[in-house]
Amino acid sequence: MTIEFFAGRYPYILIAVLLGIGLYGMTMKRNLLKKVIGMTIFQTAIYLFFIQGANKMGATIPVYAEELGTEPTAYMNPLPQVIVLTAIVVGVAITGVALSLILLTYKRYGSLDEEVIIRRMRESA
Amino acid sequence: MSQIPALIPTSLLLAALLSLLAGLRSQRAGHAVAAAGIVVSFGAALLGMWEVVSTGQSIRYAMGGWIPPIGIEFVLDHLAAYMTTLITFIGVVVIFYAPRSIRFESPGKATFAYPSMALLLAGLSGMALTGDVFNLYVFLEIAALAAYALLAIGDRGGPFATVRYLLIGAAGGGFYLLGVGFLYFSAGTLNMADLSAILPELVENRAVMAAAGLMVIGLGLKMALFPMHFWMPDVYTNAPSAVSGLIAPIMTKVSAYAIIRLFLDVFPPGFFTETLPITATVGWLSAGGILYGSILAIGQHDYRRMLAYSSVGQISYVGLGIGLANPIGLIGGLLHIVNHALMKGLLFLIGGSVRLRTGVTRIPDMKGLGKAMPWTMYAFVIGALAMVGIPPTAGFFSKLYLLIGAVEAGAWIWFAVIIASSLLSAVYFFRVTEMIFRDPGSDPAETSRDQGGEKDESTPDHPVGEAPASMLIPVVILAVGVILVGVFNFAIISALLESVVAPLEG
Repeated sequence: MTIEFFAGRYPYILIAVLLGIGLYGMTMKRNLLKKVIGMTIFQTAIYLFFIQGANKMGATIPVYAEELGTEPTAYMNPLPQVIVLTAIVVGVAITGVALSLILLTYKRYGSLDEEVIIRRMRESA
Repeated sequence: MSQIPALIPTSLLLAALLSLLAGLRSQRAGHAVAAAGIVVSFGAALLGMWEVVSTGQSIRYAMGGWIPPIGIEFVLDHLAAYMTTLITFIGVVVIFYAPRSIRFESPGKATFAYPSMALLLAGLSGMALTGDVFNLYVFLEIAALAAYALLAIGDRGGPFATVRYLLIGAAGGGFYLLGVGFLYFSAGTLNMADLSAILPELVENRAVMAAAGLMVIGLGLKMALFPMHFWMPDVYTNAPSAVSGLIAPIMTKVSAYAIIRLFLDVFPPGFFTETLPITATVGWLSAGGILYGSILAIGQHDYRRMLAYSSVGQISYVGLGIGLANPIGLIGGLLHIVNHALMKGLLFLIGGSVRLRTGVTRIPDMKGLGKAMPWTMYAFVIGALAMVGIPPTAGFFSKLYLLIGAVEAGAWIWFAVIIASSLLSAVYFFRVTEMIFRDPGSDPAETSRDQGGEKDESTPDHPVGEAPASMLIPVVILAVGVILVGVFNFAIISALLESVVAPLEG
């Protein structure tokens, strides 16, 4: 029973594990760069969730083919894929902004460690 | 007329692009372009509101001619008209205030600040207008990215505070997107109107419940719902005044709006109240946030940090309106969106005027400003009275409706929370008011200058006097607005809000 449970759901379990790793990195790590890495893992897990949800065994690309006709099960649903494309663009933009802000922070406080930065902020205030 | 829903965000998007190009040649031109775009979108929002109110019909616009639910549609209904008018109005006021303030507080950053402001407004108005749950995510992130850029240009600690906000915002956006995925895979559509037709058959579906939970968690993170508010004080304290005057009033409110939109128009009636206890959870968290924000605001010495903590409390009033989930309570919450936007915008802009003239951001240093900047300080008194909730200012009425809503719902603890927090805000605003109108005393050497940012070591080159007209007029407009919204609140409710909460009447 357990084998079948995992065999049917392993992509979702993998996605859940990735989400957990990402959230752990974002919240528990002190290093800002590691937080951003966690954020990227978290976002990637979401992309995988959409890809997996749209997955259809034996279906082909959503371009009309004469021999397949209009049979909907023969084609992949393109919408989730497009959503993932959009989400990847958004994710790259967020990562870029995050990295540039981290660079500025490093230049000003000379550290990427959250607690060290907070200590130095207090000292300078 | 039917083009209006598209016109509001596109004129802002276009202004953002052109303003950047023009700004690279001349800062003044960049500002003029951004201001023109924002004024056009405000005009469009007003026209649209007029159309919606006079016909009672919502205006629908299919993007690119793709018929919904296949394509994305923009819907200007009563709630969207209410929100877009507010968003673009705050935008108009702040864009005219911004040049002096940003040049003083973030020298050299103005060229990029104006396009970012237009982009922020485009994202927020798009969130208010879109009729598609995934499109809402895209606009949410557009607004968020513009906000990160704007918030980071402030004082020395700005980038660090913004990184922490960015991580929370990314998690919030991620949870929302995950919820959209669950919703799409169970209902097969992303269009809000289509969803509301399909979802009643799926109320028992676990995936739909997960979707609702994830989307509300994501938006709750974005809206700084207690206890997810901790990024807010640092961010607002380090941002330039014009930026916090733009972001504090509307940014978190639009996420609250999105929760209200999901609650009223997407998920079936009773889904957020009975199937899942979402409104009650939001309400209790908000009650915690109101007390927490109001109590911590009392202890703050930095004017902006005090306002930030007070914002934690004030956004929670909107959450409390959601929690009450009865018509009058939700009207109170919705009215508080506009009220708080005007009051908090007013107070942050006043902070900017004071900083420009004196370099001061700490409350103990604001001694005697009542004499030096009388108009600005009278406006402050109006803002403070509204925050406490003294009639006839706007703040009184939203609290009154929330109180009536709490009585109707029998939520006596929340009733007590609203009263207590009003008294607490009276404490912290009285403290500032007393400081402002106190005699400056004879020893100016005691007054320490602003210690916040690296550029503040230079004492400002202006003599202490009234703020320049470009900053005073926006402040006065907002102060008058606080009173007008209070006096005419019943007109706003009967024209716009009553039809918004109509789904709850049944």
